[in-house]
Amino acid sequence: MFIMTSETPTSYSIVAESKPSEVVRVCDEVLAKLKEKGFGKDDMFAVHLTLEEAFLNAVKHGNKMDPDKTVKVDYSVSQDKLEISVTDQGPGFKPDNVDDPRFGENLFKPGGRGLLLMNSYMDMVKYNEQGNSVYMVRYKEKPLQRRKSSVLDEDKD
Amino acid sequence: MADIKPRISVEYASNAVIVGFTDEKILEDKDINALQESIMSVIEQSEKINLILDFKNVKFLSSAVLGLLIRISKRIYESEGHLRLCNINPKIYEIFKITRLTKTFDIYKDIESATEDLP
Repeated sequence: MFIMTSETPTSYSIVAESKPSEVVRVCDEVLAKLKEKGFGKDDMFAVHLTLEEAFLNAVKHGNKMDPDKTVKVDYSVSQDKLEISVTDQGPGFKPDNVDDPRFGENLFKPGGRGLLLMNSYMDMVKYNEQGNSVYMVRYKEKPLQRRKSSVLDEDKD
Repeated sequence: MADIKPRISVEYASNAVIVGFTDEKILEDKDINALQESIMSVIEQSEKINLILDFKNVKFLSSAVLGLLIRISKRIYESEGHLRLCNINPKIYEIFKITRLTKTFDIYKDIESATEDLP
């Protein structure tokens, strides 16, 4: 028997200092909430990876480690999905202007893989117009094959 | 605050140096910098090093660690050595595939296969 359940997602907000070490506290808090809602290991791995990339981008590239600036993490968790946004107080950036690290000489550059990983592990990634806030969604227990078929096709070329 | 540095294990085989990451996850810049210093000092001890990086203990990594691996591979390439990675768990391997670094790095199943055919 299929039982429909209705649930209002619970929303939370974290304001963190602009230092990389804050990523541990932020990730621990969000992952604990996901665990409470029964998200699996794959989801936890994906959210951990993505949140770390987004938070460190906000601290380093957005706020440029300015101690007077903060990073705000707003998120809500329901039985089937996590919605999360990471907002810094920097001028913003244009994600379309970031080179794809998978091709040409970019493949041999040390940086530029964070956005690719965020796009790969989340079901939705959107930036605000200013480019200082990223909104991401991860649905629970959705197989990666359906999420990004290109990942599995990668070895064919 | 306790200063916990990431550690590596270093083992000298007949034709290669095997460096293992002993931490499950490497998060902060200072940890990555410390790790880079440790590995670079191992590389500089040999003229044309055959370096095998053992990921057996690694359960999580970020794009910053991928950057570290690229820097290590460049240094080894410049000194005409060889770099091989091994014991990468499926979740971590997926990160290498997504970023196409499977095409940049020589990845082996385990230490035994990684040490075969090295000059």
